[in-house]
Amino acid sequence: MMANNVKKGNAFTENPIVRAIGTQKIVVVAVLIILFGFFCIASPAFRQYSTILSIMDYSYYTTLMAIGVTFCLITGGVDLSIGTGIICYGLLGGFLINHKGMPVAVGLLVTLLAALVIGTLNGALVAILELPPFIATLCTMMICRGLGSIATGGLSQNWPPAGSEQGWFRSIFKLDLGTIKLPLGFVWVLLLVILMSVVLNKTKVGRYIIAIGSNKEATRLSGVNVIKYQMSAYIISGFFAGLGAIAYAATFQAIAPGTGAGLELDAIGGAIIGGTSMNGGSGSVAGTLLGVFIMSMLKTGLPFIGLQANWQQIITGLVLIVAVYIDVLKNKKMQ
Amino acid sequence: MGEVILTMKGIDKSFPGVHALDHVDLEVRKGEVHALMGENGAGKSTLMKVLTGIYSKDEGTITYEGREIEFTNPREAQDAGIVIVHQELNMMGHLTVAQNIFIGREPMKGGLIDDGKMNEEARKLFGMLNIEIDPTEKMSRLTVGKQQMCEIAKAISHDAKVIVFDEPSAALTEAEIEELFKIIRDLRAKEMGIVYISHRMDEIKVITDRVTVMRDGGYVGTLVTAESTKDDIINMMVGRVIYEDPKTQSTVKPGAPVVLKVEHLNAGKMVQDVSFELHKGEILGFSGLMGAGRTETARALFGADPKESGEIYVNGEKVEIKTPMDAVKCGIGYLSEDRKRFGIVTAKTVAENTTMACLEEYMKGIFIDSRRENEVAQKYVDDLKTKTPGVDQLVVNLSGGNQQKVVIAKWLAKNCDILIFDEPTRGIDVGAKSEIYHLMNELVAEGKSIIMISSEMTEILRMSDRIVVMCEGKKTGEIDIAEATQENIMHAATLRK
Repeated sequence: MMANNVKKGNAFTENPIVRAIGTQKIVVVAVLIILFGFFCIASPAFRQYSTILSIMDYSYYTTLMAIGVTFCLITGGVDLSIGTGIICYGLLGGFLINHKGMPVAVGLLVTLLAALVIGTLNGALVAILELPPFIATLCTMMICRGLGSIATGGLSQNWPPAGSEQGWFRSIFKLDLGTIKLPLGFVWVLLLVILMSVVLNKTKVGRYIIAIGSNKEATRLSGVNVIKYQMSAYIISGFFAGLGAIAYAATFQAIAPGTGAGLELDAIGGAIIGGTSMNGGSGSVAGTLLGVFIMSMLKTGLPFIGLQANWQQIITGLVLIVAVYIDVLKNKKMQ
Repeated sequence: MGEVILTMKGIDKSFPGVHALDHVDLEVRKGEVHALMGENGAGKSTLMKVLTGIYSKDEGTITYEGREIEFTNPREAQDAGIVIVHQELNMMGHLTVAQNIFIGREPMKGGLIDDGKMNEEARKLFGMLNIEIDPTEKMSRLTVGKQQMCEIAKAISHDAKVIVFDEPSAALTEAEIEELFKIIRDLRAKEMGIVYISHRMDEIKVITDRVTVMRDGGYVGTLVTAESTKDDIINMMVGRVIYEDPKTQSTVKPGAPVVLKVEHLNAGKMVQDVSFELHKGEILGFSGLMGAGRTETARALFGADPKESGEIYVNGEKVEIKTPMDAVKCGIGYLSEDRKRFGIVTAKTVAENTTMACLEEYMKGIFIDSRRENEVAQKYVDDLKTKTPGVDQLVVNLSGGNQQKVVIAKWLAKNCDILIFDEPTRGIDVGAKSEIYHLMNELVAEGKSIIMISSEMTEILRMSDRIVVMCEGKKTGEIDIAEATQENIMHAATLRK
């Protein structure tokens, strides 16, 4: 009845190092390395520094969205508004710069503020009005799409190009030293992943977000303000969508109204591949980073071996099935 | 009463660690309403589950219409004409009345469901029962009483010869009960055998012909209702030897201050005008039968469910408790009867569960201080003798008794002075049980106060200093332990006000 009553896993999963990092993360890292190795061998063009740089470039905004949405997923919810959201926020910021003559700094600030407003709205709908997260954020997803178009009168917005006077913000993510371009954005993303890992595992917000996802009613009956903490997950998601919008604006030449739907699925897919459970209660920010990398690696790598975008969709879908099935198996074992 | 239609003889059934049925007999005649009575856990439901093939029996025989039978699933029993009208109705609210009645055996016409015929058949059934229900109405739009009529109609449509009613009146109003009795009398007149499970003594006298009493999984006896008194039945229900010594005297110090006073608490049907006081160092037992409203009272008091009215005083001061957060601030902790759903976060560690209610005390700036968190968790693991390999163990891996200790640790870490234990030993084995009892006694000796909701009479008599008895949402008695007996508690518990 005592210690021997406790379930034992196999030798691999009980290894202290494996336990500390998590089985799924080790698997994901292995897959990542294998994929990278495979593409490098299969295609000489893939080995180029510029290719690696572009993989990174295109991963920033997805990674940032994914970090935020991880928190919603851990509460047992989801945030679908982030895809059209980043387009909407980027359009608002760009519009102020292009048509109202505002400095870029103001544009960036407005982009973030808009994201926080939508994030807070999502949180209120889910935590206070108790709408199902899927529906609530589906609605704000539509609202964001419409809002971006209306605010800009349906015009695409070009944020100031690199090298121009106002284009300094682009070097936040890619530092052009003339001879070499440095993926500075990767440093920020890494720092944010570390920061948010600490928030998730070491602060009250994180602890209660995990607790709510595991058993909301037991958490409430422990005297925890579940409304506040559930809401904060959506605000975090909104904030990171705002950061994602800035990354998107810095990466692409133009932002087109009416686009963005589907980008959230890349972010959510990345989080799931990284081991975050759709049922809530467990997940990790580092895992999310790795998951998104697998997604972008497939996206960028497959064309190099002659498989076009449609194939990439199919393969991503298959990878997701495997990832979710692992989650299902884990949950079965828990019961 | 006609000839015997159903005989269960020497039915014996064991589950791992529990002897659920110990050679139980039951005989039902045609045209008879036969009451099956007993306390919570006496084995009534288990017996009925054996009858309808949900459980297989270990020993004994079931004779039905002169043949020995053994059903392997409820469908077989149903086809043979034995059906249960469950207490909790198994209805699909979005389907119509007729669709519910004929689910799984819809009349077909050319590959499509013949709704017209189905509604016609349902109408005929209701005609037979003399009740007015529109078969095309959505089930969810009917009252609970009417839904139950539909269940009965469904039973009849299976050509039932024996109908088991499992606490049919629990959710019904007086008027609905009258209507139900009318139908039951009709069925009796049609020579059906009826088993009627209920706790309500006055109903038993009104509607039944004979009573079979069960206790602790055993058969006590069968009486003819008209020839027996309410006291006879109660004595048969509780006449058990108590192996554990009951408390004889309250251990509360004379003049101990009132730490919690609840006045005129109202919350829906299950909590009506409940008032009581809890003294420092007291274990206040809450007794009553299933559905008496004890858990609902605790949840309303704790702010887990909304209350309509009522005042709560903690240490003489009036407090507003609207959410569990408020209750915890007042120093009240609640240990739910359903640990897994409401008590613990099973997928988290012992340490994380321990500090769930008091995390702010284990912070270093904005960060959780894991070292101190583990220390406090370890302290309570030691104090409560929780058996776990470590504080980083997931709670899901612990046994029931040890999970309960983790929940207790959560409230002790929060330094709650008023603890509500809702069925503290449910699902806990005997050894761990006495440890929990010991712990509760230690807690009150330290000056904490406990409200203990329990459906086990022995537990109530062993632990409580005073006993509040509830029946159907109302407080029906308050008994000091010195005067408490199983009989006077059971009297109050079956008292309908």
